[in-house]
Amino acid sequence: MIRFYFIVFFTFCFVVSPCVARSVYQTPKDFVSKAFLGTPPAPKTLWLTKQYSPTVKKILGHQYIKKRIQYWRMNNKSVWILEEIGKEKTITLGLIINEQKIQQLSVLIYREKRGDEVRHHFFTRQFDNAKITKDHELNRYIDGVSGATLSVNALKKLARLALYLDSQTDE
Amino acid sequence: MIRKTLLCSSITIILQTLTLSASHAAVSDEDFNQLQSIVKDQSAQISSLQEKLELTADMIDQGGRKSSSATSIGGYGELHYNNLKNQKAGGEDKKQIDMHRAVLFVSHEFNDNIRFWSELEVEHSQAGDGKSGGEVSMEQAYVEFDIHDQLSVRSGMLLIPAGIINETHEPPTFYGVERNPIESKIVPSTWREGGVAVSGRFGTAWGFDAALHSGLSTSIADKYGIRKGRKVARQAPANDLAVTTRLKWTGIPGLELAATAQYQPDVTQGTDASAGSALLTEAHVVWSHGPFAVRGLYATWALEGNGPKSIGANEQTGWYIEPSYKVNSQWGVFTRYNNWDNQAGNSSDSEYAQLDAGVNYWPHPKIVVKADYQRQSTPNGKDNYDGINLGVGYQF
Repeated sequence: MIRFYFIVFFTFCFVVSPCVARSVYQTPKDFVSKAFLGTPPAPKTLWLTKQYSPTVKKILGHQYIKKRIQYWRMNNKSVWILEEIGKEKTITLGLIINEQKIQQLSVLIYREKRGDEVRHHFFTRQFDNAKITKDHELNRYIDGVSGATLSVNALKKLARLALYLDSQTDE
Repeated sequence: MIRKTLLCSSITIILQTLTLSASHAAVSDEDFNQLQSIVKDQSAQISSLQEKLELTADMIDQGGRKSSSATSIGGYGELHYNNLKNQKAGGEDKKQIDMHRAVLFVSHEFNDNIRFWSELEVEHSQAGDGKSGGEVSMEQAYVEFDIHDQLSVRSGMLLIPAGIINETHEPPTFYGVERNPIESKIVPSTWREGGVAVSGRFGTAWGFDAALHSGLSTSIADKYGIRKGRKVARQAPANDLAVTTRLKWTGIPGLELAATAQYQPDVTQGTDASAGSALLTEAHVVWSHGPFAVRGLYATWALEGNGPKSIGANEQTGWYIEPSYKVNSQWGVFTRYNNWDNQAGNSSDSEYAQLDAGVNYWPHPKIVVKADYQRQSTPNGKDNYDGINLGVGYQF
């Protein structure tokens, strides 16, 4: 019986192996380029000075992983590449904010061992058109993914952060 | 910001200088050359400062990343207060405060593809001579190898992939002071065994586990009860290993559907000729949508042999359903109906039921304060506890 299980199991693994994806789903450069239809504006740099750090800390629960954030802006659209730790490793997101709403949230690089369901469109589409309230909370519920609570929380935090930073850099 | 300030200062200086120069009808070539030189020097200084600033910021950012260690520690625990009245005639009430469990875990990442995970648990605060009921035990201790991004193998002391609570049981993650009775009496959480397991994902939403591990060792003395059959890899008999497989689907946000099957050729490890194989089948759903959530689980054992059959232990079954509502990010209320029977294979009165209702308060996402009321319905002559439970739990 046990030999049978081994054979079934390893056959299953062999069949499944080609279906898997890599953890780098899209490069940040490609994401930015596509966000501006191939002609992105020059990047800008936002230094996370004392002006921003209290709100950033409130949103993330800690200071951002870097002191500077590069972003791209054209009219009312801004694009952000942000990182946050899920359980143990950083998740890299690309976010397009348009008219102070999330136009697109994409997981670009996922380094955590588990919970990568959050990268799929069936999950990320929940963020479409989300805004932040005065308290810097999202204005809608985001249903979680069982077993990926910390990754879900990381995405929610970065969505709020991008919306906040967009509002602070709106020209 | 700093760059802008520096540029503005330079432009201001230049404009002031030019204005000053313009106010003088004539500027000598020597003065003009000197000004040109000053502007050039300042421009070079600004570039140099910018470069140093960027390098400093790079170093700070890199330093922040390097500070994360390959070794991590964490833990969770919960303190319970039970005030339960025993409805059985002459039965003893249960009024106690118990540090039910405190767990510390240590993990270490050897490299990107190999890691170690362990959890050491102290139950009921103390263990040792004269400390009846207390226990110090390993809950998990395994090494995990990534075969590729979506497939890993782990070996050591493992949590069995069955049920909702068994793998995710930190107090802030579930309602109720005590864990639900089904995932204690039927799926014997925290259920860990020594062995090897493979976990993987395929498609957009499918996950699977397969494990070969030490099995249960039940006996007629314990009425073939599943929970007492756990040997937790403590010099556990390995005459009859068990195989567990699980398939899970999480294709809709907030929804998890999963099913587990476990087979063991002899549930008594060859010590009871009147007993035979054991097959566990379990299925559950976890669904949350906005503030509403519901958990439901059904699990049943089929034990072969005349021994288990003679006392009705050939079938051991339980189920529960738990709707809940999150009032806001800090408060949630729930109710749960539990039904189980470890001797469901005959017509004797052996069925238990328990109704719970209560509230969770999260002052922080990783800290929870709980209160609930429970009401039991038990077979005649069995302890029947009704009353309140209070608890506080944490994880980090």
